[in-house]
Amino acid sequence: MFDSYSETSLRYDAGRCVDCGRCTQVCPHAVFAEGPGRVELARPSACMECGACARNCPVEAITVQSGVGCAWAMISAALRGKDMDTECSCGGDDGTCCG
Amino acid sequence: MEPEQSASACCPRTTEPLVSSCGCSTGAPRTEEIETATSTITFANRLDHALARWKWRRSDHRVRPGLYRLGSPTAESPVFASANYTLSFDAVRSALAGIDAWILVLDTKGINVWCAAGKGTFGTDELVRRIESAGLASVVRHRSIIVPQLGAPGISSLEVARRSGFAVEYGPVRARDLPEYLRTRTATPAMRRVEFPIADRLVLAPVELVAALPMFLAAIVLWFLAGPIAALAAVSAVLAGTVLFPVLLPFIPTRDFSTKGLLLGLVVALPFAFSFAATPGLPGWAAVLAAVAALLLVPAVVSYLALNFTGSSTFTSRTGVRKEIFRYVPVMAVMAVTGALAGLALGAGRLAGVL
Repeated sequence: MFDSYSETSLRYDAGRCVDCGRCTQVCPHAVFAEGPGRVELARPSACMECGACARNCPVEAITVQSGVGCAWAMISAALRGKDMDTECSCGGDDGTCCG
Repeated sequence: MEPEQSASACCPRTTEPLVSSCGCSTGAPRTEEIETATSTITFANRLDHALARWKWRRSDHRVRPGLYRLGSPTAESPVFASANYTLSFDAVRSALAGIDAWILVLDTKGINVWCAAGKGTFGTDELVRRIESAGLASVVRHRSIIVPQLGAPGISSLEVARRSGFAVEYGPVRARDLPEYLRTRTATPAMRRVEFPIADRLVLAPVELVAALPMFLAAIVLWFLAGPIAALAAVSAVLAGTVLFPVLLPFIPTRDFSTKGLLLGLVVALPFAFSFAATPGLPGWAAVLAAVAALLLVPAVVSYLALNFTGSSTFTSRTGVRKEIFRYVPVMAVMAVTGALAGLALGAGRLAGVL
C-alpha cells in the first residue's frame, strides 16, 4: 500500500553472469552483491533504473529500462502529448538525475 | 561493428564536428592546450556555487572542457574524468588538494555528472572524443582513467576500452573520497552508496522554491480575494512542499512521495481549517466550506510539489514515478478542483451579500 517502487524493470539473468563484479561497483544502491561464483540480486526494490549496471555488464546479463524518474518531466511530456518514457526535459540541478 | 562507428575505425563520429583534428588514439599529436587548475576554492567560486544553487543563470556555471593539469603531474599521474559544471569540477579539484593529477573535463553542457550520464552527454562518445582531442595517450604512459561512479549510467567501460585503449576505473561516488580511494585503489561499499542526507536535501530547496515562484503570485491574488489568512495558507503550502518536505522526507510515513505530501499537507492545512471554521459571524455552511477548501487545496498543492521532488531525489525509479503519476495525480486534481469550487462558492456568497 502506498508503495509504487516495489517493482522495477530490472531483470538479471544469473546464468550468464561471469562474476566480473562490475555491476556491484557501479550500482549506487547496492542492488547487486557478490555471491558464491556469481553476483546476486540482493536488493531489487532499491533499484532506481539508472542503467549503469546494464551498460557496463560485459555479457548482457542485466537489462533495465533506464530513464529518469522525474515526475515533472513526465507530466509535462504527457500534457504536451509526447511519450512519457522518452521525454526528459527537467531543469534539474545537482543531486537530481534530471539535468 | 555498429554502423555509427564505421566511418573511421579510429575516429568515432560524434554529434558535433571536432574543432581539432581527430588522430588515432595511439601517439597522436596533441592539438589542444592543457590548462592549469588549482585546488583552491576562491570567493568567486563560492559565489558561483551559491548562484547555481539558486538557479541563477542555470546554464552559465561552466568550465571549459578539455585536459587540466593539477599540481605537477607526470606521465604516471592519475587521470580523473569530470563534468564541465563548476560544482562538479570544483569538487574534484578541491578534493585533490596536494595531489598531482590530470583532470579531463567532458562537455556536459554545464550539467553535473549524474544528470549528464542519465542524458548521455557524460557518455561513451564524449569520453572517447575528449581522450583523443586531448591527446591523452601521449600525455600519460598508463592507460587508465578514473571516472566518477555516477558517470556509469552513460559510460560503457568496454566500449571506451575498445575505442580509446583506456581502461575505465570507476572511482567513488563522492569527490571527497578520492584521496582515500587513491591510497587503496578500491572504493569501500560506503563510498559506492548514494545517500540523501539532510544537507543534500536542503541544498536543493532553493531550486525548488524558485521553480514554485509562480505559486506565490497565486498567494498575492488570494490576499485580495479571500484575505491574509488564505494568502498565508497558500504561502505555507508552497513552503511545505519545497522546503519542509525535503527536510522531513525520510520521516514522513509511506514510501510514495505523493502520499507523504498529502499527509504533510493535511498537517499544514489543519490550523488554517480551524481558523477559517472559527471565523466569527460566519454561518455554519460557510464555515464548513472554508475548512473543506483548506483541507483539500493545501494537501493537493503539497502533494504535487512532493511528487515533483522525485526528480531531485537520489533513489526513485521511473517505473515507480510513472505509477505514482497515474495513481495520485487524478486524486490531486479532484481535490484541487473541489477545493477551488468550495472557495468559489464562498466568494459567490460574499458577492451575493449573504456573507
